[in-house]
Amino acid sequence: MPRRTQAAREAWLLGLLFFSLLAAAGCGRSTSGFDPASDAEPPESLTALGIFVGDGRSQQPAPGVIPYDINTPLFSDYATKYRFVKLPAGGKAQYNADRALDFPVGTIIAKTFAYPHDMRDPTQGERLMETRILLHRADGWVGLPYVWNDEQTEARLEVVGAVKPVKWIHTDGNERAIDYLIPNANQCKGCHKAERDTMLPIGPKARHMNRDLVYHDRDQPYTENQLTHWTRIGALEGAPADPAAAPRMAVWNDPSSGSLNDRARAWLEINCAHCHNPGGNARNSGLNLMASTERPFEFGVFKPPVAAGRGSGGLRYDIVPGKPDESVLVFRIGSDHPEVMMPEIGRRLVHQEGLALIREWVASLEAPAATSGAQ
Amino acid sequence: MRRLATSLLAVLAVAGFVGCMQEKGAATASRENVIVIQPGENAQKEAQEALIKAKEGDVIEFAEGDFAFTQTLSLEDVNGVSIRGKGQDKTRLNFKDQQPGAGAEGILVKADNFTISDLTVQDTKGDGVKVQGGKGITFRNVKVEWTRGPHPDNGAYGVYPVLCEDILIEGCHITDCSDAGVYVGQSKNAIVRRNRAEKNVAGIEIENTIGADVYENIATNNAGGLLIFSLPGLEQKIGKQCRAFKNQVYANNHENFAKPGNIVATVPPGTGVIIMANDDVELFDNDIYDNATANVSISSYYVTQNKFDDPKYDPYPEGISVHNNRIKGGGDKPGGAFGELVAPLLQAKAPELKEFPDIVYDGIVDEAKLKDGKAPEELKIILVDNGEVTFANLDLGRLLKGEEPEVSTDLAAFAGEPVRLPAVKIAGVE
Repeated sequence: MPRRTQAAREAWLLGLLFFSLLAAAGCGRSTSGFDPASDAEPPESLTALGIFVGDGRSQQPAPGVIPYDINTPLFSDYATKYRFVKLPAGGKAQYNADRALDFPVGTIIAKTFAYPHDMRDPTQGERLMETRILLHRADGWVGLPYVWNDEQTEARLEVVGAVKPVKWIHTDGNERAIDYLIPNANQCKGCHKAERDTMLPIGPKARHMNRDLVYHDRDQPYTENQLTHWTRIGALEGAPADPAAAPRMAVWNDPSSGSLNDRARAWLEINCAHCHNPGGNARNSGLNLMASTERPFEFGVFKPPVAAGRGSGGLRYDIVPGKPDESVLVFRIGSDHPEVMMPEIGRRLVHQEGLALIREWVASLEAPAATSGAQ
Repeated sequence: MRRLATSLLAVLAVAGFVGCMQEKGAATASRENVIVIQPGENAQKEAQEALIKAKEGDVIEFAEGDFAFTQTLSLEDVNGVSIRGKGQDKTRLNFKDQQPGAGAEGILVKADNFTISDLTVQDTKGDGVKVQGGKGITFRNVKVEWTRGPHPDNGAYGVYPVLCEDILIEGCHITDCSDAGVYVGQSKNAIVRRNRAEKNVAGIEIENTIGADVYENIATNNAGGLLIFSLPGLEQKIGKQCRAFKNQVYANNHENFAKPGNIVATVPPGTGVIIMANDDVELFDNDIYDNATANVSISSYYVTQNKFDDPKYDPYPEGISVHNNRIKGGGDKPGGAFGELVAPLLQAKAPELKEFPDIVYDGIVDEAKLKDGKAPEELKIILVDNGEVTFANLDLGRLLKGEEPEVSTDLAAFAGEPVRLPAVKIAGVE
């Protein structure tokens, strides 16, 4: 949820001013006229998509754009994320219990990645890195990376992605710096082709979205379940009236939201299962990390790694119950080497807290009875 | 004169800086659109942009010279694109400074009718060229190498089509892979010919693949020369219908430098051909020699001693014909588990074998499929007309159960008419 700090508010006002100056000078690109449902070339500037108020530096959604959040997010090098959906006029998403919500053609989904200057103190402002866009066009979803400039005045389409150095004060008070990688348009497909070479949104599934959110579209902020909110404002059709009847994914770091198993499986699903499912990019490995996978062999228990190269780490099985140090899964989540690390794109750092969760979960597992072959 | 030289220099500099030039269809019958990428600082961006914006039928051509890339080059969804260089050793794409977080392959392709040819891919962190889920894939005169030589941290595969259909791999030269040089996995219809694989853990590996013709290749100085495998837990379950003929598989005695955990790490150095858990394999007319462990071995998946839980997987090799090969030498220095466990067993059980035999068979059969104690015709192992070869049936099933194996050197038990498998046919490939 965008939290407007003083600095961000000022920046937003400045942005508005700058934007109006540009428009007044007649040198601004048209902000209207791009129809996401058409096959027109996507605009060079993010502003033209009309998701944000002004130039978008405040991450304040334009009227009618719905902010959303998910229970357990993908780890992206500790970046903060702001998520939005802009439906076409009169368009509604259709509820689906298992898959992503069915969004109408013309939908835009936006996810902005940002680094707070000081993770302990959000009032110090933040730096926007990129806004990833999913456009639902007549012939399917398209992924487009928009890269924010250093002045934070605009984000421009860069199909080849970018590398941007960034530093911040981490939650432990230490300064951290990385060369942040903005994926290229093909890498968008790498994660979003989750079902047999069809691009799909990953986050906006009912089980990820079934949670409360604080909304700011009235005079006073208010809290509402997201499925309920979407249904109420006419953005969603077919959801159960009571969100308790819809599936709900655990929050990986909130023990009140689910058991250790629930939280670990939620973390694995959002971080790994976009590839590691029977229709995903890593289907050649035979490893299925959807939280719904029930057969222990399929989610890695005593499953030998496939095509792992040095990614095997010299270990024989993806998961050895009770033994995180003997499990390839733990080894690869804990690596930042290009050939070893999983996921293989979209991060450069190890998610230490997620790694700790997965270690604890593997340590808690017991060997299943049905395992054939030599013991 | 000096002025002319300066302007020429300027033009050249601009050309070099711009780097990416388009030669719109030369006035020949060919109407291909060629996008040329020059070496230099902008090559990464230009090449990736060209691959993202490519249209069907485009050729992305890398000029002669050395290119340094820091990220995987990827092509997705655009069919009919070719990537080519100016010759295997003239155009070199080097990935030694590849950054984490952007993939580990050199080139990654998910598209149909793709061709890559006439260039070298060097020092990738992961696989050299990976193509996933494409139909009509050609690798021609591609070299993949790691300039430091064989090393456990080298990438796994050199050329790596997986879940593909109609694959042609020819004239490639693959070295130093920590898994397999030429690898075809979970695919259908592959022709692998006239390639050279050396100093890899596995030279050529055909895995869980249906329909493969492997011929006129040279596999030497790998830990294992030619592997025809089926592994459990994969999407395409059973590899079958593989013909391997007229290959030179010799002196594959390199140490095995694979990381443990990978199936190839279990391959004993000194292995010529291994057929494991694959069905319907015809191995004929090959020269297989001087492989220090065994020239040919046929086994079930049980020899790996890996656990598995995959009800649709069949761990037994069935319908295997090994005939009319020229097999000699080797067997003098059995390595890996064969050296440690099997060699002493052989010495005790079959002292008449002075060396490790040319053909070894683990003897593990699916007892549920036997009729009157014998394998039905279509599941038989046929070993005939391979000259004066030595042989052992290790009866490892008993050994793995902790019982006394009945080792046999009787080749006559494997006599019969070899099965002749049909040739793989790919439209447009002679």
